Amino acid sequence: MTRKTILNESHRALGAKMVDFGGWDMPLNYGSQIEEHHAVRRDAGMFDVSHMTVVDLKGERTREFLRHLLANDVDKLKKPGKALYSCMLNESGGVIDDLIVYFVTEDFFRTVVNAATRDKDLAWITRQAQAFGVEVSERRDLAMIAVQGPNARSRAASLFTPEVAAQALKLGKFVAMQGDGLFIARTGYTGEDGFEIMVDEAAAVDLWKRLLEAGVTPAGLGARDTLRLEAGMNLYGQDMDETITPWEAGLAWTVALGEERDFIGRTALESARAGGVNRVMVGIVMDEKGVLRHGQTVLTDAGNGEVLSGTFSPTLGKAIGFARIPATAGEGLRVDIRGREVPVRLAKVPFVRDGQAVATD
Amino acid sequence: MKEIPGDLMFLKSHEWVRVEDNGTATVGISDHAQELLGDLVYVELPNVGDTAQAGTAAAVVESVKAASDVYAPVSGEIVAVNDALADKPETINEDAYGDGWIFVVKLSDRDELQELLDPDAYAELVENEDD
Repeated sequence: MTRKTILNESHRALGAKMVDFGGWDMPLNYGSQIEEHHAVRRDAGMFDVSHMTVVDLKGERTREFLRHLLANDVDKLKKPGKALYSCMLNESGGVIDDLIVYFVTEDFFRTVVNAATRDKDLAWITRQAQAFGVEVSERRDLAMIAVQGPNARSRAASLFTPEVAAQALKLGKFVAMQGDGLFIARTGYTGEDGFEIMVDEAAAVDLWKRLLEAGVTPAGLGARDTLRLEAGMNLYGQDMDETITPWEAGLAWTVALGEERDFIGRTALESARAGGVNRVMVGIVMDEKGVLRHGQTVLTDAGNGEVLSGTFSPTLGKAIGFARIPATAGEGLRVDIRGREVPVRLAKVPFVRDGQAVATD
Repeated sequence: MKEIPGDLMFLKSHEWVRVEDNGTATVGISDHAQELLGDLVYVELPNVGDTAQAGTAAAVVESVKAASDVYAPVSGEIVAVNDALADKPETINEDAYGDGWIFVVKLSDRDELQELLDPDAYAELVENEDD
């Protein structure tokens, strides 16, 4: 059965084109996904991300548990509020999901995992948590609105009480706070500044309405996808899954091997690296006209690879993507588009940062 | 939905064709089709001189979301293509039945026109699709 977020009626009232996304009835766009994309890059946009799964972890040994569960090290989180991006791996080093974890208090950490992987994530986390006596609870009562863009924080803060607004505007990047009944985090999935705001479902429709009145443009999943890809951020299921290690997904930077920490997947990751990683994920840009799509074949001098996430970048005005290719591939990459071999070039990611193109020609 | 000009005929797959006085036929995609696709970012045009075969793909339109074949509603030699779409594919979003035309064929078999839907039949098809 299709699930609906508390904002479903709000989207429909705005004329959103709705699609099924991982079992959820979600807005794809409210007219033009490209205009929504530009609104986020240039001003402020908002996304209903209430379909994402908020999981609270509570107990004295929560930190110890997370140091075992996650490939990144929660000991990097020293101050309450600080957030960390990490992969959650299986014993073979494959990615079960990628997530954000917030350090609230020593006995309370909050994670946000993907919607499409909810069931398996909850089952895995609950199973692993038992040995640590950590209580796992899904927060179905929370909605979440991501407000993103150069003017996002000021627009959103204008709706907070003066004290909370002042505090929110002083939040460092990747830090969260609580106030006005909201969980306010300076995080996002667009490459722009902004907040991700968790709110009680009962107050979500009103918050959405007030953000609209404050001049924040509603944006759908279509724009969310082009924004995150421009920002060089992976999408679970498309760029990595349980058969792919972080080494093969451009996520080595999220794996903390620095000390003898016994996290799930560590042994497999170390032996994979010792054996030599054969495939790597790279950013590609196509200067010719056309669009890169998931599943297209990438031809290299060292064998074939494939396009993972691929799209048209509204900011660059050309196609961009991630590809997984043989690690020894040289220059001269081509992508097979309907039988035509179109040249692409390697590009550093992110493709776009803070509204500006990074990959230039 | 935009009003459909009365002189158009349609394929079920949302292509339109307009028969001109000189025996050629202009082809595009319907306003409903552009709405389904969303913002168009690329159009792969056929070459002038190619032969279009009714019911087979003659062009490709790509939105941010997806690539979609454009089927030729009628057979014949391609005698013109809308080069302006190369730089402004969004013209199809803005004016699907006018400036957003895609190619022109020289009709080789007028009987094929009998197979196409008139505007009322197409509008009905779209309406039922939305249910």
